[in-house]
Amino acid sequence: MRDDIIEIRWHGRGGQGAITAAKIVAEAAFSSGYGGVVMAPTFGTERRGAPVLTSLKISKNKIYDLSPITEPDMVLVLDHLLVEEMDVAAGLKDGGLIIINSPRPPEAFCFPGMKVATADVTTMSANAGLPTGIVNTGIIGAFAKAAGILDIETLAGAIEGEFAGKNPEKNIAAARMTYEITHIGGA
Amino acid sequence: MHIIEAGNVAAAMGIKLAGVQVIAAYPITPQTPLTEKLSELVDSGEMDAQYIPVESEHSAMSVCIAASSTGSRAFTATSANGLLYMHEQLQWAAGARLPIVMCVVNRGIGAPWTVWNDHQDAMSQRDTGWIQLYCCDHQQITDTVIQAFKIAETVRIPVMVCYDGYILSHTYMPFDVPKQSDIDRFLPAFEPDWALNPACPANLNTVTLPDIRPDIRGNIAPGYMEIRHNLHTDLRRAIEVTADVDAEFTEIFGRGGNPFIETYHCNDAAQVIICMGSLSYQIRDVVDLLRQEGVSVGVAGLRLYRPFPDKAVAKALAGKKEVMVFEKALSYGYEGPLFTDIKAALYGIENPPAVRNFILGLGGREILTRDLYKTIKAECSQTQVKQNDPVFIGLKL
Repeated sequence: MRDDIIEIRWHGRGGQGAITAAKIVAEAAFSSGYGGVVMAPTFGTERRGAPVLTSLKISKNKIYDLSPITEPDMVLVLDHLLVEEMDVAAGLKDGGLIIINSPRPPEAFCFPGMKVATADVTTMSANAGLPTGIVNTGIIGAFAKAAGILDIETLAGAIEGEFAGKNPEKNIAAARMTYEITHIGGA
Repeated sequence: MHIIEAGNVAAAMGIKLAGVQVIAAYPITPQTPLTEKLSELVDSGEMDAQYIPVESEHSAMSVCIAASSTGSRAFTATSANGLLYMHEQLQWAAGARLPIVMCVVNRGIGAPWTVWNDHQDAMSQRDTGWIQLYCCDHQQITDTVIQAFKIAETVRIPVMVCYDGYILSHTYMPFDVPKQSDIDRFLPAFEPDWALNPACPANLNTVTLPDIRPDIRGNIAPGYMEIRHNLHTDLRRAIEVTADVDAEFTEIFGRGGNPFIETYHCNDAAQVIICMGSLSYQIRDVVDLLRQEGVSVGVAGLRLYRPFPDKAVAKALAGKKEVMVFEKALSYGYEGPLFTDIKAALYGIENPPAVRNFILGLGGREILTRDLYKTIKAECSQTQVKQNDPVFIGLKL
């Protein structure tokens, strides 16, 4: 309801690491002066592979409303097959941004009145040396390029912090490589 | 230092800083990540405490009772049916005057089975003689856990620190983790005025006769009724102690100042919403919106539920046109339990406000901010406010 809050909804599958991805963005936002960051996973009875979603709210001011996002400014989709299974754009504000992990160009998706960005995060992450299917750091590169809220250096720093001692280099590489190949479609 | 973590981690940070010596717990959703975090901290040596895994919540509280009786700082945490399973031992811990602290990660109770948030678990333990504090965000969780030990040890009464399951326990936000040296200044090691000691064996809380009688040393020992009366009067004294502890904490850390009720735009409001936990913060955004529309409304979050700070409640709500009590619990067969308490606190004051009851969020039913806005706006525009049965928000019958 407040207009000072950027609302970002993350769609993924159980086990894909959407929560970790959102947390990394939260850390980067907080370190960039966004004093209010709230990341709220929506809990049902998920199993690995089932669709899951996470709400991330970012503001310069403290956030008091922890309820799930209903009208996001932006949606991130970690698996493009989810686009066929559900309405990932539900409630998305007019002119809102949808970032999809997909090998297809933005024009391949039909979201009237919305901006679409795509990147083949799965391939880039594998090229960076991550195990197949690990896309939660690669997608951050697409977010950096398409959203334009936080720069890639800040986000790379947040990935390093999150994966300290657990192979941060490949995760950072996945983000950087995805950043380079992210396609942003017209509105 | 600020970190971004889940509410359960905020609780674990407070428990670590408080120098807890014994932890006994049984995992239950949504409390589980808290006890997992504590077991990790003990295992890695970051926390110098005994972690005692038990087979049930009843045993968890039994271990805390034993540990606290020897003068240790003892902690446990639970939710929902786990708390209900502890019920007998909760009464015992309070009657035995043991300063145990427990986090209650609020969740609805079965049947039917639910893992999601409401306040029925803690509310159903209202009359056990425990102090109950409610938190609105992660900073309050960390700070309240630390303060809880100071309150508990001052009045020798156990304390529940309650926070909303999932909404707070599994949500990530930034909060400040205080410095250990500052906490040590605020909360020194527990030095009990009595404790079990093998060198000087004693029986505690044995069968107590209805009447007073001389003990083996010839002193007059209190009967059951005197002992329970003292629990009650000390609980009433705990209201003042809670304020003192808050003042001391605020002086060192610069946070606090509202030990009983946290108000938002209430001073000049005609209508005030009162509730507990994270909901009171969510309603702040609704109040902002309605204020822009010229509606004279405010919201108050009750932090201390037992002992009930009746005088502070009456003072905060006196002179208002209407008070709306929003609750995530019911006294089945009557109304919301907080509604009853608020009306009692306002009884006898001049021109008391009309008081209305709204029930919402049971078993995790989504509380949509726009639903809150619609309900509160409609209520504020009523010219004649009638007291009636509880109104359910978001019900789909």
